[in-house]
Amino acid sequence: MGMTMSEKILAKHAGLDSVKAGQLVTCELDMVLANDITAPPSIAKFEEIGCPVFDNTKIALVPDHFQPAKDIKSAELAKTVRDFAHKHKIVNYFEQGRVGIEHVILPEKGIVAPGMLTIGADSHTCTYGAVNGFATGVGSTDLGAAMATGKAWFKVPEAIKVNLTGEKPANINGKDVILTLIGMIGVDGALYKSLEFAGPGVKALTMTDRLTISNMAIEAGGKAGIFPFDEVTKAYVDGRVTKPYEPVAADDDAEYCREVDINLSELKPVVAFPHLPGNTKRVEEIKEPIEIDQVIIGSCTNGRLEDMEIAASILKGHKIADRVRCIVIPGSPAIYKESMKRGYIDVFIDAGCAVSTPTCGPCLGGYMGIMAAGERCVSTTNRNFRGRMGHVDSEVYLAGPHVAAASAILGRIATPEEVQ
Amino acid sequence: MKLEGKVWRYGDNIDTDVIIPARYLNTFDPKELAKHCMVDIDESFAPNVKEGDIMVGGRNFGCGSSREHAPVAIKASGIPVVIAASFARIFYRNGINIGLPLLEIGDAVEKIKAGDQLRVDTATGTIEDLTTGDVFHAHPLPGFVQDIAKAGGLINYIKSQKD
Repeated sequence: MGMTMSEKILAKHAGLDSVKAGQLVTCELDMVLANDITAPPSIAKFEEIGCPVFDNTKIALVPDHFQPAKDIKSAELAKTVRDFAHKHKIVNYFEQGRVGIEHVILPEKGIVAPGMLTIGADSHTCTYGAVNGFATGVGSTDLGAAMATGKAWFKVPEAIKVNLTGEKPANINGKDVILTLIGMIGVDGALYKSLEFAGPGVKALTMTDRLTISNMAIEAGGKAGIFPFDEVTKAYVDGRVTKPYEPVAADDDAEYCREVDINLSELKPVVAFPHLPGNTKRVEEIKEPIEIDQVIIGSCTNGRLEDMEIAASILKGHKIADRVRCIVIPGSPAIYKESMKRGYIDVFIDAGCAVSTPTCGPCLGGYMGIMAAGERCVSTTNRNFRGRMGHVDSEVYLAGPHVAAASAILGRIATPEEVQ
Repeated sequence: MKLEGKVWRYGDNIDTDVIIPARYLNTFDPKELAKHCMVDIDESFAPNVKEGDIMVGGRNFGCGSSREHAPVAIKASGIPVVIAASFARIFYRNGINIGLPLLEIGDAVEKIKAGDQLRVDTATGTIEDLTTGDVFHAHPLPGFVQDIAKAGGLINYIKSQKD
């Protein structure tokens, strides 16, 4: 029996010729990641074990959640990470001004590559499946142990094959694909499983689309969300990844526990209603206007250059609705700079947006866009749980940058066609 | 470990943002986290939970963020075991790794109601509902994951391997 992409990567890192779903394996890790919330407890666990870091080039510490520090306690967290990074000479530590959102900068800087096995003390670590790696979120104890040992245990997941067909229409992007999929299989539809993307539709998806899709595998409960390696992957990683890498492909006779088909040609802009990412609806199906107070464009899901481009193309020449605030957060310094060069930042500021340096802030209700009771936000982030972005009686509607930008202009949830 | 306690009952898809909202994540002191545990869906939990009470949820318990602060907050509240239909995978790993037993019993969990008195044997996975007389059997932990749980968590396990 052949192997899935997940099985191949886990087998190789366990030093085995083959593995099967359900098997427990201990693997050598290529990269371990933590942020300013999860690194401090990881460091405490690491210090309990009492040995040096396994490899200072294979640890990434990214202070992006509450930084630049929102309060004194957050400053203490950042200081803990900073001191640790300098003490252990962690190569991939990023100070403010050089830091971006973790899942934006690790692919951008070529720190994650095809065939790599990565764990991160952040649930959206699954993002790196977009570049054909196996990457999954863990807690701080796993991460602390991994910083010491370079290893982690895994139960080899069963895989769901997602067959993509058709051409991607204009005004459709990765967010519509993943929200549609989560709407189909549910928020625990991929629990303990990996999502493996396949089919002729894959080539229609840009790397930005794929990063958005893999990023939200966890919102279906998935352990990973992996794309095959193709010309799009190669074009993205070449010039970024400096070390040799080994892409993986699923065998033709690999075994899947389920297959799901999505025809990209049939997709429409989608929004996930409160309070679960699986509560999806096509925007065109919304009958009564849903008035909004805030729009967030950014995050590890949609904070990349192409997302900025989509938002700017819709906002150009328009103004944000009077009673709406729109916060745009480019995901890395490089994206910020390129957005400035291309005039997107001018478009955002002229439209009346607030533009921030990279941070996860508002997505998790940290800072930079906390909501009051009764307020509604259309957000390009990944979670709309109760209280996620502020007051427990506020609401988050998840959408792509196209719907978010159109909604910011009209002050209600809207399709991009309504303003184009 | 044999335990007996009263049930705090929650539903499906209890996410880690409601177990411990991000606004309290600027610390990882367990006692501080426990003060705010479940606050966004149940303000009565933190002030009233008693040492030894048992938390019971539905499907996909602990979904969302990887924050280990969530199982830590539950454990520091005095809850010695969580029972659910199913657990989100990162939460499940975290529970094992910090020595908080998690028992998965599928849809049979529907029979357990708020306030029921449970007797739980975490070693065998047997759960008796003393209020209704129902008995449930949790899926056992696989292979060496059992050894991690027996050691009281991953760090103790790694230390014991080193010695």
